[in-house]
Amino acid sequence: MKVMLIDDSRTMREVQKSVLSQLGYTEVQEASDGEEALALLESSAPDLLLVDWRMPNMDGLSFVKAFRQSDATTPIIMVASEAERARVVEAVKAGVDNFVIKPFTPDLLSQRIQETLAAREAA
Amino acid sequence: MDIMRISPFIQGVEHVLETMLQLPVEVRDPRWLDAGAAAHGVSVVAELGGDCQGSVCLGFESETAERMVALLTGRESASDSPDCADALCELLEMVCGSARSWLPDLVVAASIPTSECGANPMTARALNGAPVVVIPCVTDCGPFQIELLLEDGAEVADRDERSACAGA
Repeated sequence: MKVMLIDDSRTMREVQKSVLSQLGYTEVQEASDGEEALALLESSAPDLLLVDWRMPNMDGLSFVKAFRQSDATTPIIMVASEAERARVVEAVKAGVDNFVIKPFTPDLLSQRIQETLAAREAA
Repeated sequence: MDIMRISPFIQGVEHVLETMLQLPVEVRDPRWLDAGAAAHGVSVVAELGGDCQGSVCLGFESETAERMVALLTGRESASDSPDCADALCELLEMVCGSARSWLPDLVVAASIPTSECGANPMTARALNGAPVVVIPCVTDCGPFQIELLLEDGAEVADRDERSACAGA
């Protein structure tokens, strides 16, 4: 399974990669903002996207809206801060499948990834 | 400064470090920042706006910063490296997000944090007459401190007016 991490913070990508590695997912692509991710996605088809909300150039919500125009099914987990919690509905309407709010424990991120993949498989 | 607005930032620091690093924080008694305060090894600062104007800063000794970042990322990073700055800025961004959730009746905006080595970015604000409160914290990674300047719009206008009068 291939996962794409879209986050401007290398730290957060490292933290997420560590959790993915523990789950056995080692094929990971990284992008530091929505624009870079869209460019990478022209030649790559990940099975899961983890997208940070707050990023320079193109934020997570704008990325999701753009991505969903061409891909309605690949599951997306949005990584948001408490500040964005109130905008969850807006993100769900844009096509986000699940959320994880920062700060999070490795267990919580792991749980979100597993439930998102399971829900997509059951659909 | 509204003292009630300080607690959410302390809670935010405790919540973020305990969740992301599994690192308990012991919070010590607050004090006012002395304008001649010693520099930090590394500082990260975010500007606050909206109903809560001011700045929030986390100031670390270099060794404390390096230990915390290693705990978060699982790799060693020098305190003056971009990776260390990225990790500490990310932690402060989460602290601001958490603090905002504990201030539900206020609109609090926070800028993207920036980092600085070998300085204390809050001393300039203290020199300018702004009240900066320091909350010393102790962890197994070493000590650090939260520095907060929180003012509402009326306090800022009042201080600006006093500064203008003093300069006239």
